[in-house]
Amino acid sequence: MSDYRIQGETGEWEVVVGLEVHAQVTSNAKLFSGAATAFGAEPNTQVSLVDAAMPGMLPVPNRECIRQAVRTGMAIEAQINKWSRFDRKNYFYADLPQGYQISQLYHPIVGEGAIDISLDEKNPDATGKRIGVERIHVEQDAGKLMHDQHPTQSYVDLNRSGVALMEIVSKPDLASPAETGAYLRKLRSILRYVGSCDGNMEEGSMRADVNVSVRKPGDELGTRTETKNVNSVRFVMAVVEQEAKRQVEVLEAGGKIVQETRLYDPDRNETRSMRSKEDAHDYRYFPDPDLLPLVLDDAFLAECRASLPELPDAKRARYEALGIAPYQATVLTAEVEAARWFDALLDAGVKPAAAANWTTSELFGALNRTGRDIGNSPVSPAQAAELLGLIADGTLSGSLAKQVFEVMLETGDGAAKVVEDRGLKQTSDTGAIEAVIAEVMAANADKVADYRGGKDKLFGFFVGQTMKAMGGKANPAVVNELLKTALGESVAS
Amino acid sequence: MSVDTATVKRIASLARIAITDEDAARMAPELGNILGWIEMLGEVDTTGVEPMTAVIPNTLRLRDDVVNADPLTGGNIREQVLANAPVAEHGFFAVPKVIE
Amino acid sequence: MTELTDLGVAGIRDGVRDGSFTAREVADAFIVKVSQAKALNAFLVETPEHAIAAATAADTAREAGETLKPLAGVPIGMKDLFCTKGVATTAASHILEGFTPTYESTVSQNLWDAGAGMLGKLNMDQFAMGSSNETSAFGNVISPWKRNDGGNASLAPGGSSGGSSSAVAARLCPGATGTDTGGSIRQPAAFTGISGIKPTYGRCSRWGTIAFASSLDQAGPMARDVKDCAILLEAMAGFDAKDGTSLQLDVPKWEAGLSANLNGLRVGIPKEYRVDGMPEEIEALWQQGIDWLKDAGATIVEVSLPHTKYALPAYYIIAPAEASSNLARYDGVRYGIRDLPTGAGLQDMYAATRADGFGPEVKRRIMIGTYVLSAGFYDAYYTQAQKVRTLIARDFEKAWETCDVLLTPTAPSAAFALGEKSADPIAMYLNDVFTVPSSLAGLPAMSVPGGLDKQGLPLGLQIIGKPLDEQGVLNAGLAIEQRAGFTARPEAWW
Repeated sequence: MSDYRIQGETGEWEVVVGLEVHAQVTSNAKLFSGAATAFGAEPNTQVSLVDAAMPGMLPVPNRECIRQAVRTGMAIEAQINKWSRFDRKNYFYADLPQGYQISQLYHPIVGEGAIDISLDEKNPDATGKRIGVERIHVEQDAGKLMHDQHPTQSYVDLNRSGVALMEIVSKPDLASPAETGAYLRKLRSILRYVGSCDGNMEEGSMRADVNVSVRKPGDELGTRTETKNVNSVRFVMAVVEQEAKRQVEVLEAGGKIVQETRLYDPDRNETRSMRSKEDAHDYRYFPDPDLLPLVLDDAFLAECRASLPELPDAKRARYEALGIAPYQATVLTAEVEAARWFDALLDAGVKPAAAANWTTSELFGALNRTGRDIGNSPVSPAQAAELLGLIADGTLSGSLAKQVFEVMLETGDGAAKVVEDRGLKQTSDTGAIEAVIAEVMAANADKVADYRGGKDKLFGFFVGQTMKAMGGKANPAVVNELLKTALGESVAS
Repeated sequence: MSVDTATVKRIASLARIAITDEDAARMAPELGNILGWIEMLGEVDTTGVEPMTAVIPNTLRLRDDVVNADPLTGGNIREQVLANAPVAEHGFFAVPKVIE
Repeated sequence: MTELTDLGVAGIRDGVRDGSFTAREVADAFIVKVSQAKALNAFLVETPEHAIAAATAADTAREAGETLKPLAGVPIGMKDLFCTKGVATTAASHILEGFTPTYESTVSQNLWDAGAGMLGKLNMDQFAMGSSNETSAFGNVISPWKRNDGGNASLAPGGSSGGSSSAVAARLCPGATGTDTGGSIRQPAAFTGISGIKPTYGRCSRWGTIAFASSLDQAGPMARDVKDCAILLEAMAGFDAKDGTSLQLDVPKWEAGLSANLNGLRVGIPKEYRVDGMPEEIEALWQQGIDWLKDAGATIVEVSLPHTKYALPAYYIIAPAEASSNLARYDGVRYGIRDLPTGAGLQDMYAATRADGFGPEVKRRIMIGTYVLSAGFYDAYYTQAQKVRTLIARDFEKAWETCDVLLTPTAPSAAFALGEKSADPIAMYLNDVFTVPSSLAGLPAMSVPGGLDKQGLPLGLQIIGKPLDEQGVLNAGLAIEQRAGFTARPEAWW
């Protein structure tokens, strides 16, 4: 269990968090119309008569959106409801042309499931925790209001109106900002693996409503507030921290927590109450009479299951079984793009442990330095496999390999070509190496004497000098062996 | 069933229909009568009866994920979408400024 | 020679086909009639150019020796609930004033594709809410019928498809579209001595038809006889991928399947339809109908539909609930009127626009619907009503074990005078007592004229069929029609 506590004046407080994550379903067309979903189009161009709620328009659901919700449910081992329904949530707002949102209240398509999180993703031995997922349902997104274009008017863009969302509702199982962040990252990772949402929080593909309450350990659940539409993992964690603190202050000052909707202001790092919307809590839900019950058949479900990829937890276990260190396995599987890249590298026949070492240190280091992500890595898995092959067969030393890799990053050339072009091949030519060793020993007679006098640590100095003199191309193993012999021989003689 | 004026005003507000006090007062007994009449349904024993979901046995048909497959339900028709708007500017619908 | 405007759909179609007259002659004749009938207030918009274009296309095709389309040369009236591209469509509500659809409803498109032309948009009860056509924002429709008492009372043409019934009865068009949510085709047909059929829910696409209550709304034809109804329904019906409730079935050849031979048909007489206070003449007509069907070879069985009396209250929960949500989109943002009081914010604009735009009956139903769905009442009202609806549907299923169609009166009275019932909503709602149960069960049902009452006003008989058995309904209707020999027509006073 989390030991996150808020130290108040009256003692310790626990925080209880539940998340409602709205994830845009990856689909070409909208949930109930054929208009496109692409981000960034001109206002009101991706709007059909259906999305604008023209008189007489009717919704017909997009199979792909249903399929993605089902696959997502399967990925968190949730109950899939073969019989579900759409309901109308009625309220008036300028971004909601129908005057209702089509959602699922009474019979969601996905029931209870769970997501396993690690309380310290950097530490493979850290405790894990299972976070319950209450349900996933499918619903329409609303349009967008623009308030800053005109002094007295707001402008309405319906491009997002009717885009499919999954609402993924967690149980109130989260107990700290860190857990909340870990859950959100893990959820995003799963969605990206499944391909049901791109997880792009900047473009609004994923937003979270954060339900927070506090209580003294052992007490009943406190009154919660809901902070709406938080659009980054960092902000979600900040909301948990700030809102819990605020609630403790209110309660300790003798106040009460009002069940209300709040907004997060990242500039001031605080939540504040939204002016409560009149009638906001009487949505008059009822089954949408334009939409019959959604009944999923076994063939549909079988296809959904068969099309699921290997998911992060399973992949991590497989990597560990291949001899990859647990921390590296965690890092390699956190993001689907990295895992796909690494799987391709494994498929090329490299040794798993060495490949994981190289990928997590050399490749990820290089990507970090150059501000790139794995999706646009300049080095393909095939090129990396070639490089690793040259290391494995002794053609390249570790340091030569680094040089070759730098050139590959710059030019995009393959490893063998770089080695060839730049003459960076490692040499194991004993004659050449012995000649250099002899030079080095001659130039450093004093150190040779010291070494022979017992200063063993100077061995590394000789290795370095030899390597340096050979431009890094000497096979270090051969250098070691020959140096030992050369330095030792003289003692014997 | 008696419906008071305050209830009428609350319902009118939920339904976004402006209503004067006089109209609310006039409507209260009228709605009361109608609601009283439909309350007769309460006498029907519906234990174990499922609410109607589809009058003719039928389940939801799903469509393929294709953009603009049918022009009648597709996008790229901004002129049509805005054609009947009381106020449309710069490709947007315009409404009185909303303060969030 | 009979006047062209005395011809029905089949007569016009056949005459155009065999060259007895041109489609243009037909269109011109009806256009004149329409233009001369303003006193009935049946049309909200006249579209002679549309009718003429269709007629010209039919005549050109015939001259070219092409096979004519099923409705080539037939001009019809279009209820204003159907969105028509480029032609103002208001559902007879002020709130949609100025709205010109950029799209064509599936049902109207099907009719145009079949070669029909449009004489105009027909007046109706506002948003199809009403049984007398007194809720239109653009004035009452007047029935062409008068009582034979020498008085001059204006009578209701029924509702909500009152413009359609009035226009067809007055020979302003040979046929018209209607929509039926709880009786809106059948009751006006009965009031005006014409025929009308509401098909099985899902036969006609609802796409592009302004919604009243989605789970009940069905389009259907209104015409002067059963055969014309069959012809028009064949053109209107059909699967539509744009409507999730559309039935994915081929359209039967109803016209070709017409037969008044009812040998082996079992006709159920539901005992619960013998309501207290039903006029004797309606009782008598019902009995007459039974005899006619027996004469056509049918056997008569008494059946019980025990939940009949709960149908109206269930309907007056479900339909307003759906309507309260369906009509939320009329908010002054994307189409129709906008009422923006000085200094008003968005929500005030909504409230002002809707207060100004909706008529009293529409507001009443939105209020009822909002109330029954509101927090704390949903289960007691809406869920209970949907459960009762299940029981009503089961009553019918049980009846189908012993009979094939049901025969009932269409309405509990003949046409009443305008203003006679408008002060008492419940009295008005009771008009639909015989038509609502089959609507709740989604069943096909039609009204055919049976005779006149003592005041000289038409009375209708209703036939209700099993799901998808429009043919059985039409055939029983045809048997009645042939025996009733209903030829009465209103004197032209308009």
